[in-house]
Amino acid sequence: MSGLKQYLKDTWQGIWTVLVGMKVTFKHLFVPAVTIQYPDVKINLPERARNRLYVNMDDCIGCDQCARACPVDCIEIETVKSIPGEDLGLTSNGKKKALWVTKFNIDIAKCCYCQLCVFPCPTECIYMTDVYEFSEYERENLVYKFATLTEEEAEEKKRNYEKYMAEKEAQKTAAAKTKTEQPKTGDNK
Amino acid sequence: MYDILYNILGNQVVAWIIAAALPLFVFILPFALFAVWLERKVSAHMQDRLGPMRVGWHGVLQTIADIIKLIQKEDIIPAEADKKLFNLAPVLVFAGSYAAFAAIPFSSKYIGSNAEVGIFYVIAVSSFVVVGILMGGWASNNKYALLGAMRSAAQIVSYEIPSAIVILTMVMLTGTLSLDKFSQMQTAYFWNWFILGGPGSGITKFLLIPFMIVGFTILYISTLAEVNRTPFDIPEAESELVAGYHTEYSGMKFAMFFLAEYGNMFAVSAIITLLFFGGYQSPFGYLGNTFKLPWLVPIEQVFWFTGKGIFFVFVQMWLRWTLPRLRVDQLMHLCWKFLIPYSFVNLIIVGFITLFR
Ligand code: SF4
Ligand code: SF4
Repeated sequence: MSGLKQYLKDTWQGIWTVLVGMKVTFKHLFVPAVTIQYPDVKINLPERARNRLYVNMDDCIGCDQCARACPVDCIEIETVKSIPGEDLGLTSNGKKKALWVTKFNIDIAKCCYCQLCVFPCPTECIYMTDVYEFSEYERENLVYKFATLTEEEAEEKKRNYEKYMAEKEAQKTAAAKTKTEQPKTGDNK
Repeated sequence: MYDILYNILGNQVVAWIIAAALPLFVFILPFALFAVWLERKVSAHMQDRLGPMRVGWHGVLQTIADIIKLIQKEDIIPAEADKKLFNLAPVLVFAGSYAAFAAIPFSSKYIGSNAEVGIFYVIAVSSFVVVGILMGGWASNNKYALLGAMRSAAQIVSYEIPSAIVILTMVMLTGTLSLDKFSQMQTAYFWNWFILGGPGSGITKFLLIPFMIVGFTILYISTLAEVNRTPFDIPEAESELVAGYHTEYSGMKFAMFFLAEYGNMFAVSAIITLLFFGGYQSPFGYLGNTFKLPWLVPIEQVFWFTGKGIFFVFVQMWLRWTLPRLRVDQLMHLCWKFLIPYSFVNLIIVGFITLFR
């Protein structure tokens, strides 16, 4: 008899638990969805979210600190010294710029968003933005070029500097020549 | 339906073709498209998601886009498959579920075939699906497909017993096999539905109610198993069998399995509606009768019938997203140790009530 009782109890329990489950799922039909319609609606990024880097070239002094801090070496900086008489302007915190930044490439494909490059920058001109949609079809397109100088301008600056150095060299050698000649005359005294 | 068309067109063959194609294009295809969308929406909202939202208003056109995609897909036949059987299987499965619609009365004016043995025909023809499933699983030459097909065959054959017994109970009570007569008996208001004891009055009507509810529950559970829906979806258990018997199918052939599944869902819901919930009858009388517009009545009947059918389809989806899948042994346990004994006891009791009525 107890077997039959158990059997009936099992049946009842089976039906009852299914109904309880159905009640739960039915309630969830009317719970507002948590889904966000992504490209149309975007959630606010948390504070200090790390995304794509940006360099404000107006403030960059080309000190190479960021490139040295980067653990994956994805920042490539090349600079050319300015020659006297060229005014490169001031950074926003009053530092005087002395170097032409002829190349400032960040390979975002390699970047691991560690933000280590941001802290050492003396002028706070390299920083994380809130842009995170930048997929590309070609990997080359992920190398971001920040240098404001065009190729020709960069070439020109290089040539200027070389010319300046060459002139300086020439002056030096000329000076050295006169220097070496002078003792001779002194010896002749 | 055929007679009406024959009277209008005067050509037997044309009338025959149109009568045969009508349920497919007017009902099964749109219903399947709608049901797939509904399934996604129901599942999504039960999980606090949104589901398809992009194509059309709240994604209503999503399934149409999916069908277009499926049509474009390459039709892959595995090299080692038995090609003839492989190609035949989806057609058979679809034909099985499509054929069931022939005997379903959508309204008093529209019945594909008003056969006197309607319910018997539906039981017989829906077993046809098993052949197609087994064929597909065998011909794919894939162990998962074969396992799924064998499970499916075992499941459908076992669950046909309790559902047949419940249907037998109803046939005994009413004394007819015709689905149209079933509907006609439950006319007027909803207290004439068989779930509430059927037409008539007196003590037997109230005595019948609990046994009708038991019968309905058993029939609902076993038809759920027959159409391979969760919690009885072990033939296509994704986590163990890839996709079961249609693992190797792609493109339109897969779509046919899919269409057949949703067609079947409606077919079994329709049977339940017909047996217990008044068929195409409205629960509160007809507007057409109130306003003396006789042509409105069949339209209302179609509305009530599809409405009830879709409600039971919705409950199937609801259960799918509520219950976890049963194990094979649990499935057989439920069928042989619970549903069949209960349905037998139910049969005997209802038999006695019918006898002393
Ligand atoms: S965020 Fe990190 S990885 Fe990216 S550029 Fe800066 S230092 Fe390099
Ligand atoms: S650390 Fe700042 S200033 Fe220095 S090179 Fe990098 S970006 Fe420019």
